[in-house]
Amino acid sequence: MNYSRNTLLKRRAEGFKKGWYKFSRNPVSVLGLFFVLTVSFLAIFAPYVSPYPTHASRFVNFAEAGQPPSLKHLFGTDVFGRDILSRVFFGFRYSLMMGVVVLSLVVIPGVVLGLVAGYYRGTWIDTVIMRTTDIFLAVPPLILALAICSVLTPSVFNAMMAVSLMWWPWYTRLVYGLSSSLRTEFFVQAAEVTGASRSHILFREILPNCVSSIFTKMSLDMGWVILIGSALSFVGLGAQPPIPDLGTMVADGAKYLPDQWWITIFPAFAIMITVLGFNLIGDGFRDLFALEEV
Amino acid sequence: MSMLKFLGKRLALSLFVLFGLSILIFTISRILPGDPVRMALGSRAPQWAVDNLREQMHLNDPLYAQYYYWLTGAVRGDLGQSLFTRRAVIEDVREFLPATMELALSAGVIMAVFGILLGAVSGRYSNTWIDNSVRIFSYIGIVTPSFVFAILFLLLFGYVLNVLPTMGRLSPWIARPPVITGMVSLDALLSGNFAAFGDAIRHLILPAVSLALGGMAQEARITRSTISDNLRKDYIASAKGFGVPERLVMFKYLLKPSLIPTVSILGLDFASLIGNAFLVELIFNWPGFSRYGIHAMLNKDLNAVSAVVMVLGVIFIIVNILVDLIVAWLDPRIRLGAERGK
Repeated sequence: MNYSRNTLLKRRAEGFKKGWYKFSRNPVSVLGLFFVLTVSFLAIFAPYVSPYPTHASRFVNFAEAGQPPSLKHLFGTDVFGRDILSRVFFGFRYSLMMGVVVLSLVVIPGVVLGLVAGYYRGTWIDTVIMRTTDIFLAVPPLILALAICSVLTPSVFNAMMAVSLMWWPWYTRLVYGLSSSLRTEFFVQAAEVTGASRSHILFREILPNCVSSIFTKMSLDMGWVILIGSALSFVGLGAQPPIPDLGTMVADGAKYLPDQWWITIFPAFAIMITVLGFNLIGDGFRDLFALEEV
Repeated sequence: MSMLKFLGKRLALSLFVLFGLSILIFTISRILPGDPVRMALGSRAPQWAVDNLREQMHLNDPLYAQYYYWLTGAVRGDLGQSLFTRRAVIEDVREFLPATMELALSAGVIMAVFGILLGAVSGRYSNTWIDNSVRIFSYIGIVTPSFVFAILFLLLFGYVLNVLPTMGRLSPWIARPPVITGMVSLDALLSGNFAAFGDAIRHLILPAVSLALGGMAQEARITRSTISDNLRKDYIASAKGFGVPERLVMFKYLLKPSLIPTVSILGLDFASLIGNAFLVELIFNWPGFSRYGIHAMLNKDLNAVSAVVMVLGVIFIIVNILVDLIVAWLDPRIRLGAERGK
């Protein structure tokens, strides 16, 4: 038992090494990884790396308000005299938090429901689960998230809850497709005839074969969730001032276009770089695992 | 026959989905903390007025009874009264929906036509500079939120170059053509008013393009990958070997089957396009349904919020059925009722 477990681990480590080698040979994926690592670094160490950490929250200095980019303020300052660069670094925190919290809330329920529905394809369980996902998928997630946010008090937390409530069906649908085709495979049938328990079949036989797809989707979704989060803040239903959320910053700055363009443009680019990073990594995974369905 | 059966099944499922969606949105809109009536009437309104309106809106009844009133009304086309415009919601829908449809349809056409065109060219000439530029464009299109495109276009074309109008649907000095469809550009064309038509189109360009770019990039990417895959298949080589003209091979043998995955996600892209219209209409001051929806949401106008979501639900269902029909037309395996193989 011990021996086989060791070889298994060794093989897994080798597979990981091989995968990393292939991944790192693709310059585009590496670029994505670079973006994501940079953004994460800046987000985590924002209080230390940003030139004016106090500018992230309530801070007013009208003497320096509305300054264009300069050496002192690389991205310029906003109407309250706050350094945009520092606020962008702190803004990364909220964007990444949005993605991480939403995905950690939705992936497990979404995947479990998809596994179960796919395995019991054609039964009432399948019908109940999949028709429920149809209802949630009938309207684009942004609109339902907006509708939910509108009845709650606007805040970062409520925006995360609203997006999570809308996001699980995508995982259910993805895993449903995979698990309903995997259940007819020989290794699943073999497990069935040897009397393996249902949870063993679902989680030890079927799930491992879905992991690469789930992983790829998660990496792409980090980008989408960040986009939706910034859209919610943009209309004023997400993070509230003075929180330095990138979407809120874009919306606030839009009032001062075209004269003070830097207030809007730099946070907008910050959103794009973050989303681009996750997308490039996701595409790298997709090529690596040769997936089509994600 | 199989096609009819397929359509019937889709319609039945759609009705079910709409019913479920109505329960979902009704529950969401009624669990809100705070009193929407109080909000609508203002804090200085007398209590009896609040009580009257609550009674009138059945807000004192249990939830299932409220749902029953709402649903029976909705089936008759009565979506209740908006708490803020103080009109029947259905009238608001009638007034604002055409503007959004005009925008969404133009964006949809731009998205589909240019997305497929770029993808096809990129796939046909894969790994050349054309292909690489299209791929870079796709990445930019996919990762840029449409509200950022909208703001950039506003800056660039509206202020810096000052070549296109950025606000509303028509210039103030141009009389609005008579309402036929509610879509200004189409109405102008139908009534033969070409000056208004030109002006309406100019107003449409920036919002429609900012909405279209994201989906266009998506479509281009998918078309590219299917075209370049199919290009390597034996049937293309054999068609060429038989001396079938290049143009025929490209359009009939290569493009048509390659469009199946593209068209299948067209419905999804159209959905996110309408979602993004919520932001783009706000930026370009486009007096449409989405802007109405945002205002309803920001003001906790329950009836209007539910109506907005339900109407959009109906639109998506129609779009998805259309997409399924197009896919079936493109894919003989579905059209002829055969099992769809891998």
